Amino acid sequence: MTDVSLQQLSRRFGDNVAVRELNLDIASGEMVAFLGPSGCGKTTTLRMITGLLQPSSGDVLFNGKSVVDIPTERRGAVMVFQKHLLFPTMNVAQNVGFGLKMAGVDKKEINRRVTEILELVELPELETRKAHELSGGQQQRVALARALVVKPQVLLLDEPLANLDANLRITMRQLIRDIQSEMGITAIFVTHDQEEAVMLADRVALMFDGVLQQVGEPDAFYQRPRTTRVAQFFRNSNLLPGVKTGTMVETEVGPIELDDHVSADDGPVVLTVRPEEVRIADSSSAATNVVPAVIKSVIYMGTHTQLIADIGGSSWSVQAPATMTSEEGARIEFQLPKKHLWIVEDDSVSAAEEVAAS
Amino acid sequence: MTTDTKPSEAEATPQPYVDLTDKDSAGTRWVRRIAVTSIVVFIGLPMVTLIVWSFAFRWNFPNMLPTEWGGKAWAYVADDSSRVFEGLWNSTKLAFLVTLMAIIVGLPASRALGQHEFRGKSTIEWLLMMPIIVPALVATMGIHQIFIRLRLTETLFGVALVHLIPAIPYFVLVMASVFANYGTALEETARTLGANKIRVFRYVTFPAISSGLLVASMFTFLISWGQYVTTLLIGGGSFVTLPLVLFPFLSGANHANAAAISLVFVAPAVIVLIMTSRQLGRDSSVMGGFGKI
Ligand SMILES: Nc1ncnc2c1ncn2[C@@H]1O[C@H](COP(=O)(O)OP(=O)(O)OP(=O)(O)O)[C@@H](O)[C@H]1O
Ligand SMILES: [Mg+2]
Repeated sequence: MTDVSLQQLSRRFGDNVAVRELNLDIASGEMVAFLGPSGCGKTTTLRMITGLLQPSSGDVLFNGKSVVDIPTERRGAVMVFQKHLLFPTMNVAQNVGFGLKMAGVDKKEINRRVTEILELVELPELETRKAHELSGGQQQRVALARALVVKPQVLLLDEPLANLDANLRITMRQLIRDIQSEMGITAIFVTHDQEEAVMLADRVALMFDGVLQQVGEPDAFYQRPRTTRVAQFFRNSNLLPGVKTGTMVETEVGPIELDDHVSADDGPVVLTVRPEEVRIADSSSAATNVVPAVIKSVIYMGTHTQLIADIGGSSWSVQAPATMTSEEGARIEFQLPKKHLWIVEDDSVSAAEEVAAS
Repeated sequence: MTTDTKPSEAEATPQPYVDLTDKDSAGTRWVRRIAVTSIVVFIGLPMVTLIVWSFAFRWNFPNMLPTEWGGKAWAYVADDSSRVFEGLWNSTKLAFLVTLMAIIVGLPASRALGQHEFRGKSTIEWLLMMPIIVPALVATMGIHQIFIRLRLTETLFGVALVHLIPAIPYFVLVMASVFANYGTALEETARTLGANKIRVFRYVTFPAISSGLLVASMFTFLISWGQYVTTLLIGGGSFVTLPLVLFPFLSGANHANAAAISLVFVAPAVIVLIMTSRQLGRDSSVMGGFGKI
């Protein structure tokens, strides 16, 4: 049982700040997904937790004690690397058994556990193969087995499922989750796929450019994104600027009423509603928060129809029923449900440019 | 396979595409033939000539073969007065010592060059090439003065140190390439799995670099084995190695003796070549280091 705490953790490479003042507490037995685009500092953070990389500043605590001076091999944090790296001079069984051998487990027990874990990752009877005789996905599963078999205190997974096909990904994801929760392993799972993060993790930590943007339960990223960039990363680019006074926001397309749970200072704000929560207004629907829009495109997606519409000069995406028919240029009214309305901080590139220009 | 193919038909039809499944195309086969031929012509034939010479007693122009045969030259080699065995023993000791020193000094250095980026790296790489560019004689003359003061002249260790100068560039460049090709990620994986640095080296690094290390060591061994001028200068003539025994004979009239000693001299090289050729073929990163030379 180990909890992990990252405090003001930073790492610079020359002038480039790969990770900036990261604060995060991970409870014992919790699974956190590190999410973010390529180059945002996910691997760098994991390497600092393992001790393979020294932080430029800040601290890493296991169970409340700083581990920055403890060498990697004694931290008990096992990492599965992004590139599934098997020891080329060892066969599959020797690879998987390596951690147990280092821990001084006796041969019989190693053999038993290796056989057991290889069955779990669906690779039985490959014990004597060398790494180069395996497919990419098989290698990745062996690397995963090699980490899981030692039942580590802290497990760090750097995109361990990247080379697997969709079905195997689901199976392996479940396997990781099962072993992790059964053993009470504290785990960090790196991915740049937001769906995978949401499906797998207790909590998600989203990073951009070395800075932690938002930490929370998966649904928060859909329902309560902190900034426009966070919303956009979760495929919501519906934004409507306005001026807030109390629970009312005056916008280009009229007044919008907010729910009580939305807290923000009065003044200029940006409103958002997820594409799947926007309703098409009809005569029976409530009269509040109805906004006029012009359809710009209609894309049939099979399970639904995606409408791209102009609302007060902003481009919105709306998920409409598959049976919906409409055409470009048509006028339509949308209803923005009160309970799905949310205010985001505007940190989009264009906003930064405007600030810089003024 | 389609089910409607009649088995009899499949059997009766000869396989016309055998050539495609054959790994060697006509081109590579030619390259191999040329390579084998050159090895025979440039290494095999001189060896045969040497063997014939070493057993010749009288061999005058224009006879194709010696008119009289004898083992006199080999008796001379075996005799203490020829100092061939002394030279053989010294050369062997020396070459092993140089190889050991190259491993101790060169392994950490080549690892740093192969796996890390640091300021002044290209300068160091360039300096490493110097012994290949500047004749060893020039450096050795300078070193000679210092060695006299340090009392290192005419000692095994002193000569070994000087042999290290021409040998270390080859060793380091080969090993740096091996390390670069191998990277650090495997070692990091092993560390997180609970292996300390010593065990990482023993179980992960060493097995992965061992074939490259074997090749680099053999190069070092052979470079030391072939040194003449440096040995002569630092050894002061009293430290006798095989090349020192051999050289006076090369200009002399006794071709049989020269041939016999040459054979003793060249034997380890041939053995090493045969032993390493398989490793060279297996680990392409080994040859990568020579791209820098
Ligand atoms: N050893 C290093 N030397 C210099 N810069 C580095 C080093 N390692 C990482 N960086 C830089 O730090 C930043 C973060 O890199 P990191 O590998 O942590 O990204 P990542 O989030 O894991 O990306 P990906 O999803 O592509 O793996 C990048 O800008 C990268 O170029
Ligand atoms: Mg990464």
